[in-house]
Amino acid sequence: MSADDAFAVEVKGLTFRRGSRKIFDNVDIRIERGQVTGVMGPSGCGKTTLLRLMAAQLKPDQGEVWVNGENLPDLSRSELFEMRKQFGVLFQSGALFTDLNVFENVAFPLRVHTQLPEEMIRDIVLMKLQAVGLRGAVELMPDELSGGMKRRVALARAVALDPDILLYDEPFVGQDPIAKGVLVRLIRLLNDALGITSVVVSHDLAETASISDYLYVVGDGKVLGQGKPDEMMNSDDPRIRQFMQGIPDGPVPFHFGAPDYRDDLLGEN
Amino acid sequence: MAHKSLIDRVALLGRAGLDTVQSMGRSVIFLWNVLLGRRGAGTGFHLLVKQLYSVGVLSLAIIIVSGLFIGMVLALQGYSILVDFGSEQAVGQMVALTLLRELGPVVTALLFAGRAGSALTAEIGNMKSTEQLSSLEMIGVDPLKYIIAPRLWAGFISMPLLAAIFSVVGIWGGAMVAVDWLGVYDGSYWGNMINSVDFYNDVVNGVIKSVVFAFVVTWIAVFQGYDCEPTSEGISRATTRTVVYASLAVLGLDFILTALMFGDF
Repeated sequence: MSADDAFAVEVKGLTFRRGSRKIFDNVDIRIERGQVTGVMGPSGCGKTTLLRLMAAQLKPDQGEVWVNGENLPDLSRSELFEMRKQFGVLFQSGALFTDLNVFENVAFPLRVHTQLPEEMIRDIVLMKLQAVGLRGAVELMPDELSGGMKRRVALARAVALDPDILLYDEPFVGQDPIAKGVLVRLIRLLNDALGITSVVVSHDLAETASISDYLYVVGDGKVLGQGKPDEMMNSDDPRIRQFMQGIPDGPVPFHFGAPDYRDDLLGEN
Repeated sequence: MAHKSLIDRVALLGRAGLDTVQSMGRSVIFLWNVLLGRRGAGTGFHLLVKQLYSVGVLSLAIIIVSGLFIGMVLALQGYSILVDFGSEQAVGQMVALTLLRELGPVVTALLFAGRAGSALTAEIGNMKSTEQLSSLEMIGVDPLKYIIAPRLWAGFISMPLLAAIFSVVGIWGGAMVAVDWLGVYDGSYWGNMINSVDFYNDVVNGVIKSVVFAFVVTWIAVFQGYDCEPTSEGISRATTRTVVYASLAVLGLDFILTALMFGDF
């Protein structure tokens, strides 16, 4: 039956394959309501896939994904679209609609899902843009914005409908230190001010650890460890220590699987 | 690269066959979801109007110019053959029948695949690679209804109209060459045409053809965009596939439809 109410998202026994490769093998993750939860792990370990599974853009091969009392894999296509109004997602690229300006991008969810009068839509859009510091950019087109600004506009759009759960896909990738600082502050601020649940998927250690209440470290298709950020920093598990301290070689090998080096250079072929 | 055994080659062939069948299956489910089911949030007539403009109106120039030249060439070629038999007065009939039955629908469909079809594929593929389709889904708007359906309908509606315009302009171009330049009598150019063109046999059959082509070309274009691998290479492959598959489908279907409509069996 439904998950505990303290958890906004509860992933149980999740298994997901791409072709013959197992991306996740019997993974359990619980995202506590009202908190910022970081999901970390090396590049290519399936963090974004996990986010897409939580948002039901992908269907798991086995397992359950409970969101606010509903198991997503059981929902029909139209129920899913209804369900997704509870989510806001910040995509890695921002994913702004390139044919609409900043104002229309943020107004889009309001226009399609509400019957609000135009003046009210305008006020809401300006308030959301004010929150991310871009009220002045309201007339600009997406291609006139820097990478960091795009992400902030996308964030304003993601919170336009006041979602319950905000998912961030690698919010800090490719951002300069100032933009990173702004995003870190915004994620925490929005979470606390709006009382939402945030899931930050990232491999940027310092930033994610600094805003998260709870951390998961994933790798090899499993949850390697979980706990409060300072517990994770001091973990004894060599795999977690390697990741948290950025050690190049260790349980996660520096070398991609290859035949013996000596044989490769001196062997017959 | 390692030498492949015969069994490996057979397996590869089998896999390619399976991939093709799977992709065809996906395209049917895709079409089903686009056309049927409840209209989702955010959809509306204004989206169709916008697409009719970019898919239909913006294709007008290429259709009119090509129609004009093809009509002129038909008249010129027809005249040079028919004049040997003293039948050059029948050139209007020949131009009209060729355009209405064959070249109008077929050439329009080929030009449409190149001009609008490739643009549709590239646009949708690009939206996929920049996660715009995913973000629509996450906003709770079905991209099949919001992005794909208006484009598909715009193609269905505009291509038969473009084919009609193509034929009309072609017949007019033929008249310019035959009547104004080569001196075929005005009355016999139009008179022979009126007498020999049958509304159901020629005009309606031509329209049916262009409706079928419109359906197939637009379907291929939007599906290839939606189904493409979201990388720049994937988009370029999908765009090529759109033009190649759509052109082959049009030419193949044209033969089948012609055999059904005009084959006496």
